[in-house]
Amino acid sequence: MTGAALLSVEGVTKAYPGVVANDDVSFSVAPGEVHALLGENGAGKSTLVKSIYGLVQPDSGRMTLHGQPYAPATPHDARRGGVAMVFQHFSLFEALDVAENVALGMENPPPLRQLARRIAEVSQAYGLPLDPGRTVGHLSAGERQRVEIVRCLLQNPRLLIMDEPTSVLTPQEVEILFATLRRLAAEGTAILYISHKLQEILALCDAATILRQGRVVATCDPRESTARELAELMVGGTLQTPTRETAEPGAVLLEVRSLSLAPANAFGTALRDVSFEVRRGEVLGIGGVAGNGQDELLAALSGERRASAEAIRLEGRAIGDAPPPERRRLGLLAAPEERLGHAAAPDMTLTENAVLSAAARMNLTRHGFLRWRAARDYAGRIISAFDVRTSGPGAAARSLSGGNLQKFVIGREVLQRPEVLVVNQPTWGVDAQAAAQVRQALLDLAAQGAAIVVISQDLDELMEIADRFAALNEGRLSPPRPARGLSVEEIGLMMGGAHDMETAHVA
Amino acid sequence: MSGIDPILLLAALMVGSTPILLAAIGELVVEKSGVLNLGVEGMMITGAICGFAVAVETGSPTLGFLGAAAGGAALALLFGVLTQFLLSNQVATGLALTLFGLGLSALIGQAYIGVRPPPTPRVDLGPLTDLPVVGRVIFGHDFMVYVSLALVVAVWWILRRTRAGLILRAVGENHDAAHALGYRVVLVRLAAILFGGACAGLGGAYLSLIRVPQWTEGMTAGAGWIALAIVVFSGWRPFGVLVGAYLFGGVSVLQLNLQAAGVAVPVELLSMSPYLITILVLVVMSSRSRTALGAPASLGKAFHATT
Repeated sequence: MTGAALLSVEGVTKAYPGVVANDDVSFSVAPGEVHALLGENGAGKSTLVKSIYGLVQPDSGRMTLHGQPYAPATPHDARRGGVAMVFQHFSLFEALDVAENVALGMENPPPLRQLARRIAEVSQAYGLPLDPGRTVGHLSAGERQRVEIVRCLLQNPRLLIMDEPTSVLTPQEVEILFATLRRLAAEGTAILYISHKLQEILALCDAATILRQGRVVATCDPRESTARELAELMVGGTLQTPTRETAEPGAVLLEVRSLSLAPANAFGTALRDVSFEVRRGEVLGIGGVAGNGQDELLAALSGERRASAEAIRLEGRAIGDAPPPERRRLGLLAAPEERLGHAAAPDMTLTENAVLSAAARMNLTRHGFLRWRAARDYAGRIISAFDVRTSGPGAAARSLSGGNLQKFVIGREVLQRPEVLVVNQPTWGVDAQAAAQVRQALLDLAAQGAAIVVISQDLDELMEIADRFAALNEGRLSPPRPARGLSVEEIGLMMGGAHDMETAHVA
Repeated sequence: MSGIDPILLLAALMVGSTPILLAAIGELVVEKSGVLNLGVEGMMITGAICGFAVAVETGSPTLGFLGAAAGGAALALLFGVLTQFLLSNQVATGLALTLFGLGLSALIGQAYIGVRPPPTPRVDLGPLTDLPVVGRVIFGHDFMVYVSLALVVAVWWILRRTRAGLILRAVGENHDAAHALGYRVVLVRLAAILFGGACAGLGGAYLSLIRVPQWTEGMTAGAGWIALAIVVFSGWRPFGVLVGAYLFGGVSVLQLNLQAAGVAVPVELLSMSPYLITILVLVVMSSRSRTALGAPASLGKAFHATT
C-alpha cells in the first residue's frame, strides 16, 4: 500500500467568481488505497474531483498520474489515463437501455451485442447482477448505481472516483458496495471516496484528506480516529446535537388510511395502501430509498394530488380530496424536497415566496390585495428567527445558498404554527450547522404540540429526531415502529433489504 | 368519383408527400438532440426561393437543391448561434425564424415571380419503370423522392445503430449527464440544427422546383407546421414520420381530386381534411404506444455548462 503514488495532486487552485473552490490543495493516492475526501457541502470536494476527471481546468497547480504529468482537458483524456468516475447525481440516460448507457461512458466500446455479453460477465464476477437490455428509467436507485459501477469496471480503471455513492442506497446495498470496493482495492485499483458520512469512512478508508472552505485542513488515518474527531475537523468547531424533552404524545392529529394513488408519470411510483397516524407532539420518520414513493406521499398529503376524501383525516375530518389552500387553512402544511422550483419560486423575492404559502394563515391579503408591509415583516421574521443569511426580504430565492433557502422554506411553514407539518428531505444538501438548526426547529415545533412527518433518506437524521420510524418500499409503507432501539439491519429490512443483490465473492 | 385514376393518385401521393417528409425527418433529428426549432416553415420557404433562384440562374435543378440545402442550413445556423451560444429562448427564436424566413424569401423572390424553373428529369430505372402499375406508381419519380426515402432509412439506422446516433440521443435525453461524460453538447446540437435546416430547405425547394413548379410568396402554406406536428405525433420515430407524411400527402392529393371531380362536400371541409385526418390518425397511433418514452427529456431546454 506504500510506494510510488498513483495520483498526486500538488497545489491545485480553482476560483470561481466570488468563491475560491480549491485553494492550494495537495494530496496523493497510492495503488490499492481507499482514500477518503471528506468535507461539508461547499468545501470543494466536487470541484477537486472534477479537475481530476477533466471536467474543470484548475487555475494553477499540477497533477501527476503514474509519475507522468497529468492535465486532462476532457473526461475522454481522463478515461484514457485509467481514471473512472461514479457521479453523485447519476450520469445516466433514463430512456436508453443499460448497454447503451454503458457504451456512452466508454472510450472505445465494442459493438452493442458484444458489450451486452461483457456487461453480463463483469456484473456476474462482481456480484452486481444487471440485465443489459433493460431501460434505465425502470431501474431502482441501487440498480442504477450498479450501471455506473459496471461502466467504470469495464474500462479496468487504475483510479476509481466515487462521489457520495451511498446517499441513495439501503444499508444492505451499502455493504455490498463496500465489498466490491474492497475487492477492487485488493486488486490494486486506487479508490478516491468522497463522502460526508463518517461511519462509512471509518469502515472503508485507509487514508483521509479533510477539506474545509477549499483548503486541506488535515490528513489522517481514519482507522486511528473517531467519528467525532473527523466531524470537528470537517466543520472546524464543535457540533451541537439537537435535543428535546420527551413528552407523552397526545391525541391523533393526522390519520392516513389505505391511501392508494396512481403514479403521476411513466417513471413515477404508485402509492399502495399506505396507512399511518401521527399524534400531537410526535415526530414520525419515513425512510426509504429515493424513488419509492416519497414525492408521491408528500404530494398526496399536501393536496397537490387528490386522493379519496376518506383516505386522509385531519383531526377526524376527511380531507383527502381537499385542495392545498384548504388544507393549509385547517393547519396541514408541507415543505417539498426540491427547494428551487417546488418549495420556492426561484426568481421571486423571499417576501413573495412567503406570501405564496402563508397568505391565508398569516393574513397577508385583504380583499384580494396583498398587504405588502405585513408580508415583508413576516419574511423578516423568518429570516431572523431561522438565521437565514441573505441581503434581506427583497432578495430573490435563487440567490440564496441551498442551506439558507432550506432554512427559509422550513421557517416559512414552522412560523405559521401548523397543526401538522410534512417535510420531505429537510436537510438534503445542507451543511451540518444548518441541518442541526432545521432539526432543532422541527423538534421545538413538536414540543409545542404539532404533529410532524419527516420524509428523509438520511437514516441518521431520522434516528436522531423521530419517535417512530416507517419505511417506504415500492409505494408501500411498513408499519411504524418505535425508533429507539431499532438496529441498522432491521431498518434495512424495512426498506426492502438489498433487492436481488448478492454479496461479492471476495477472491 | 369516376374521374379519379387510382394509379395517378398513388403516384401523385409520393410527390405530394415529399416536401413534408423531408422537413419532418430533419426536424426529428433536431428534436432528438433536445432542440425545439419552430422555424421549420421559415427554413422551408427560404430553401424554396434559394433553390429556385440557383436552379434558374445555373439551369441545373441538382445545383438548385444544393443551394436550397445551403439556404435552409444558413437560416438554421442563425437559430443555432442564437439558442446554443447566446442561450435565447428556443420557442421565441423559432417563431421569429419563421417570420424572418417568410420575409426574406419574399424579398429574394421579387425577381423570380412568373419564371419557370428548369425541369427536373425523372429517374429512369429501366425495366423497373416499365413494370405495369407499380412502375408508374413507385419507380417513375424524380431523384428527390428517392433521396427523401433514403434519408428516412439512413436517419433510422444512424439513430438506432451507430455511436454517433447514440451520442445524439444521449444529448437530447440528459444534456447534463452527456456533458459530465465529456460529450460536446453544443456542437452535437449545432450539427443537428444544421442538418434539420438543410432538410427543411430541400423540402421547400421540392415545392418550388417540382411540385408546383414556380415561385409564389408564402407558397409553403403551413407545410412546416404540419411537419412539426408529424414529428411529435409519430413519437419521434423515423418510420412514424414516413407514415404521417404520406398520410397527409395522400389525403391532400385525394381531396384535390375530389374537389376537381365536383363531389357534393363543401370545399372548405375538403381543404381542412388533410390536417384533421393526419392529426387524428397520429393521435390514435401515439396514444396506444410508448410515445412518452420517445420524447427527448431535454427537449427545448437550454444547456449551459455550470462548471
